[in-house]
Amino acid sequence: MMSAAPLSAIIADAASESVIESPLARAWRRLQRRKGAMLALVLLLIIVILAVFAPYLSLHDPIKQGWSSVRKPPSALHWFGTDEVGRDLFARIIYGARASLSAGVISVTIALFLGVPLGILAGYRGGWIDALISRFTDAMLACPFLILAIAMAAFLGPSLTNAMIAIGITATPLFIRLTRGQVISVKVEDYVEAARAVGNPPARIAFRHILPNIMPQLLVQATLTIATAIIAEAALSFLGLGQQPPQPSWGSMLNSAQRFLSNAPWMAVFPGIAIFITVLSFNLLGDGLRDALDPRAK
Amino acid sequence: MLSLLGNRLLQLLPTVFFVSVIIFLLQQLLPGDPATVMAGEENDPEVIAQIRKQYRLDQPLPVQYVYWIGGVLKGDLGESMRLKASVTDLVLQKLPVTMQLAFMAIIIALVIGVTAGIISAVKRDSFWDYAVNVISLWGISTPNFWLGIMMILFFSVYLGWLPASGYVSPFEDFWGSIRTTIMPAFVLGNSIAGILMRHTRAAMLQALESDYVRTARAKGLMEKTVVIKHAMRNALTPIITLGALEFGTLLSGAVLTEQIFTIPGFGKLIVDAVFNRDYAVVQGVVLVTATTYILLNLLADIGYILVNPRLRA
Repeated sequence: MMSAAPLSAIIADAASESVIESPLARAWRRLQRRKGAMLALVLLLIIVILAVFAPYLSLHDPIKQGWSSVRKPPSALHWFGTDEVGRDLFARIIYGARASLSAGVISVTIALFLGVPLGILAGYRGGWIDALISRFTDAMLACPFLILAIAMAAFLGPSLTNAMIAIGITATPLFIRLTRGQVISVKVEDYVEAARAVGNPPARIAFRHILPNIMPQLLVQATLTIATAIIAEAALSFLGLGQQPPQPSWGSMLNSAQRFLSNAPWMAVFPGIAIFITVLSFNLLGDGLRDALDPRAK
Repeated sequence: MLSLLGNRLLQLLPTVFFVSVIIFLLQQLLPGDPATVMAGEENDPEVIAQIRKQYRLDQPLPVQYVYWIGGVLKGDLGESMRLKASVTDLVLQKLPVTMQLAFMAIIIALVIGVTAGIISAVKRDSFWDYAVNVISLWGISTPNFWLGIMMILFFSVYLGWLPASGYVSPFEDFWGSIRTTIMPAFVLGNSIAGILMRHTRAAMLQALESDYVRTARAKGLMEKTVVIKHAMRNALTPIITLGALEFGTLLSGAVLTEQIFTIPGFGKLIVDAVFNRDYAVVQGVVLVTATTYILLNLLADIGYILVNPRLRA
């Protein structure tokens, strides 16, 4: 039989935890236990610092061509070597991080701004509005992600901005479907009923009472979708539909590297590692957040 | 079962309709007058007028859609402006190449993904479990096109074992075909294997903790029999659906993989069309991929019903 002392200690612990710890603090505490997620956070911090402070961290101009240093292997002067027109690859990679990170974040922001209101509308209102939005979502999801993004970028015209728009629109149905599902399960909760009973208008209920409660799931999906968006941007730039030369982007660097594979393999190795580490970090962080924000987890 | 299938088919109709609307509307994204853009460098007003008439761009949008979808329903996806050939013919010509790649890729993904997922679940929290987790993350996070380039560098440039590019039909030379397609198929299968590993592991863990597995163990059956005959059989059912859902990932991946390995398939067709502003081909390829995806999902549903006795009643 359990003694009284440990039981009271457990109750006191539980009470103090529930009183003192905010949901954010609890999530952060749980996230800290996930080694992969913490490693991802450190890696992402390094990548962001490299991207933001690129002008101060690189000895070379990412666009300046140098005919005396064409396709030089990695050395003390050029850490990652140089490309086919003598540009420093380290400089191009850290400047390229700006394109990749901004493409990932901006396109997911577009998808959130379009998808969340539509998902709330479909889930909260139901009826023919829900049927219409849901069928449209199904149709968008039936078109393979990258193929639709390529088609859209092709019609919009090649540029980084258009690539972000194309990726953002293509990712929108993911957020519509997720938000709709979450809203349907949350809207029957007592606190939503209470908000309705005191006469709150539907828009206020949706954005003040429902939205904050589905934020954790949206945050996890957004983090994982940034990873997909970064790969999609690199793919579009690889095909010449994203960042335009001479501006650096990891995808376009891989494209030019392909032609010099046998005599300058470093041109292909480093941009690929950059994409891999960034995407891996977002995937690890997304997985960690999913566990940390899971209400069933301890 | 028939009514279930009938319902599924009825639900598909609005989705297919919306897919066609989205693809039709892609043309409206063209900045400026579509006829002028389609004419390209040809600024001749007569050519522009001809294009406008040919594609009925002078008609209201709904009318344009009705003409377009009418053609699509009769198997006419339009004409390639660059190749001066029917888009339907082009698609039919390229589709088998991509299908061969997709088929090989899905086999590679299933063999690697399902096996690793089962091992990971059976040896939970062991070194093998962590190793599979790492491999799965690697598969999900590696861009296909980079993996393709790295494989060319290693197997073609350094070792000289496999050709870096090109395609041989299996009907001409079977082993030659395998040699030209094994690398791109592995590249395509890699990311799907990563996803399958995760799902198989989760499904197997659930199955291994279920009552029927506990009963099988209590009966004194060998662990191998419990895992293979009881847990695996039930856990792998959802993988059928997942395999069909991942077909979209496969086709997306094929676009870049075919470009890297210079394989004359579906992916290369759309990329070449994008570069040459051959918009009818772009629309045709997206329409065919989306329809194939929808049909595969339907097939997956049928497969799901067939293997799940509870749904057959």
